Amino acid sequence: MAIMTRNFLLALAIGICAHGDPTMELRFAIHAGPKTFDPLLATEEVSEMIRYLTGGVLVRFNRQTQQPEPELATSWKVSDQGKRIDFVLRRNVTFSDGTPFSAADVVATMRRMMAPGMPSAIADLFRSAAGEIRTEANGPNGVSVFFSTPATGLERLFDQLAISPARRVAPESAVLGPFMLQEDKSGQYVLLKRNPHYWKTSATGERLPYLNSIRLEIVGNRETELLRFRRGELDFVDKVEPEAFERLSKDQHSGALDLGPSLDTEFLWFNQKTNAPVPDYKKKWFQSRLFRQAISVATNRDDIVRLVYRGYAHPAAGFISRANKLWFDSKVSPPAHDRQLALKLLQEDGFRFDGRTLRDRGGNAVEFSLITNAGSKTRTETGMILQQDLMKIGIRLNFLPIEFQSLVEAITQTARYEACVLSLTNFEIDPNTQMNVWLSSGTHHAWNPAQAKPATAWEAEIDRLAALQHIATSASARKRAFDSIQEILAEQAPIIFLVHPDVLVAISPALRNAMPSPLAPHLYWNIEYLSISDAERGRKN
Amino acid sequence: MKLIRVIALCILVLATAVSVGADLLAPHDYTEQFRLHANEAPSRSFPLGTDELGRDRLSRLLQGTRISLLCAAGAAFLATGAAGVIGLVAGYFGGWVDEMAGAITDLFLSLPWLFALLTLRVLFPLNTSTGVSTGATFLLLASVGWAPSARVIRASVANLRNSGSIVYARAYGCGNTHLLFIHILPNLKPVLSAQFWILMPAFILTEANLGVLGLGINEPAASWGNMLAELQNYQRIPEQPWILAPALSLILVVGSLQFVLPRRNIWQ
Repeated sequence: MAIMTRNFLLALAIGICAHGDPTMELRFAIHAGPKTFDPLLATEEVSEMIRYLTGGVLVRFNRQTQQPEPELATSWKVSDQGKRIDFVLRRNVTFSDGTPFSAADVVATMRRMMAPGMPSAIADLFRSAAGEIRTEANGPNGVSVFFSTPATGLERLFDQLAISPARRVAPESAVLGPFMLQEDKSGQYVLLKRNPHYWKTSATGERLPYLNSIRLEIVGNRETELLRFRRGELDFVDKVEPEAFERLSKDQHSGALDLGPSLDTEFLWFNQKTNAPVPDYKKKWFQSRLFRQAISVATNRDDIVRLVYRGYAHPAAGFISRANKLWFDSKVSPPAHDRQLALKLLQEDGFRFDGRTLRDRGGNAVEFSLITNAGSKTRTETGMILQQDLMKIGIRLNFLPIEFQSLVEAITQTARYEACVLSLTNFEIDPNTQMNVWLSSGTHHAWNPAQAKPATAWEAEIDRLAALQHIATSASARKRAFDSIQEILAEQAPIIFLVHPDVLVAISPALRNAMPSPLAPHLYWNIEYLSISDAERGRKN
Repeated sequence: MKLIRVIALCILVLATAVSVGADLLAPHDYTEQFRLHANEAPSRSFPLGTDELGRDRLSRLLQGTRISLLCAAGAAFLATGAAGVIGLVAGYFGGWVDEMAGAITDLFLSLPWLFALLTLRVLFPLNTSTGVSTGATFLLLASVGWAPSARVIRASVANLRNSGSIVYARAYGCGNTHLLFIHILPNLKPVLSAQFWILMPAFILTEANLGVLGLGINEPAASWGNMLAELQNYQRIPEQPWILAPALSLILVVGSLQFVLPRRNIWQ
């Protein structure tokens, strides 16, 4: 089950050389303090980061191979058509306070997570994928988890479930991960220290992690973060903005790395909700496949990549990027920018272009508003590019950035909008976690949410394929179903996919064994193997 | 001091002329994207270079000067007018009128204007043109910005009301309208003028702050505020110092507005 690449072993060897240095402290920036140290309640980035660094999980998802690997569970078996998983737990594992780990801790964590009223984002993830869940211990080293609906690939979700002790203690006081909380200095930093009882050892039998501590420094400003990185005060910077990355790349020793397309997708969609407060003639445009396809081909994705993302993005054809090796559908490709084709499609749909203005059959000038969240430079620039591209086919686009909370209200409650640009952020590679977006009954079904029954035949087909992949036990059957969904979405264009931004990072030469991945967490997913060369850091300083 | 005032006046006259004649002076349409010339350094075609989308910076600066300067002046004029009416009525009549005006003024002073602005943006019809939304933004600034000036004007009117000349005029049988418009209002000219010159730079800076937050004038319209947002990436400045042009324009104009009026008028 365990998959170790040659690179990984090489990295281990380098790491061993680095180990033994008494000051081995990794430093990087966070942009706000954590809201909670309870792993089940983590919802924002910093709390999730601390959960990842301190939490012990049954299964860890390898960000390089994109396969699950054993952690606290040495093996697992899925049975009953995906409605049951049996885990065999690792023996002789102890929490950071020295108390032993057993099946009772897993059962207690699962029960606490699924308790009614528990505001847990991970619980929502489990529920949306597998309905209600029951967990039972099979002796001291076995756990069985029963799901109410069949669900394949569910073991990946256990990558996010940090096991806490069954006894009543604060979750941060006894952890199973490589690090434990030492100090939380509000507004300044969070200091994690090495867990002396961490179970994992290196290939040579040395106890991991290599690092002695991790200092998460609260730095509110991205420019300051970069400045401190360049001064050698921080060991890496994650999610560098394209413009800053371009500047950083000019220095060949800066450690700037483009990890390729992320799992995220920037996209545009039209409001197709039947009872939306939008004029009926506009709803007709938005519900027309030809109109949406015309907008898609009129959009110059290459210019968005080149100008907005400085070349650090890839034109998108669907919601799954190349970064997702398992689920990417190579048959779907982004439509090429073609103004003539756009006009032809519009003409087919009954629109007329007089050289300045595009009009529909009823003589209405084609004009719509595009909302997005205020303050996002990339989205504002994307909006400007769309505006000019559409102006060339006679469409007037009114760009309207609004405050984020109002935006969420508009797209989820009032439906008072015509078109919107946003992004779909993915942390999971398994598309099952996005079902809320693609099912016609889904509350996040962007263009026409929470339908009682599918409004169109192709949405019904997506629902059918989604159900099919949900109960399919073979990976290839699931892949076929998802490929079909991606192809329907590309054909019908209910969402006009724009780009997949690249994952841009900068890594100090002092950081050893890093194996950056386009999947989050990009830089510290193998945290137990990371080490710091203080000699190198000293040179930088 | 007189020399500084003259220089300040010249700068303001120049800025006003530039903003009025922006369309004639601009080498390009300020919205046009020359995508193959994005991020270029100043050249003969683009005297202040181009931005990320290839738009001519000089044309955008001229347009931005027009919007920021003229709209702020308009908003300052409206706010001073509103403050004048409320201050005049409250200060002259006193009693319950004064109390009511004071309460309204206090209410407006305590208004979270940023949230009011956010709400207004959300309530705009979806296809509001950039011109209308720009006008509405400055109108909102005027509608919440009059309150401090009203207090100052009310205090001046209350002083004037009890001055000898007004008491004599009243004794001669002058009515309220005559007293307000013939005797008091002309005496308020320096105060009103000072309030106008105080409010105008305040509105320019408020728009600039909103622009930096992405909540100012909607793109593709240009304003000093949305052009200043670029400076958040301050590490660009040494490489592209010309991006400081909007900041310099803002400093020059706001600075000039501070010097254009004799200080004694401001402190009156």
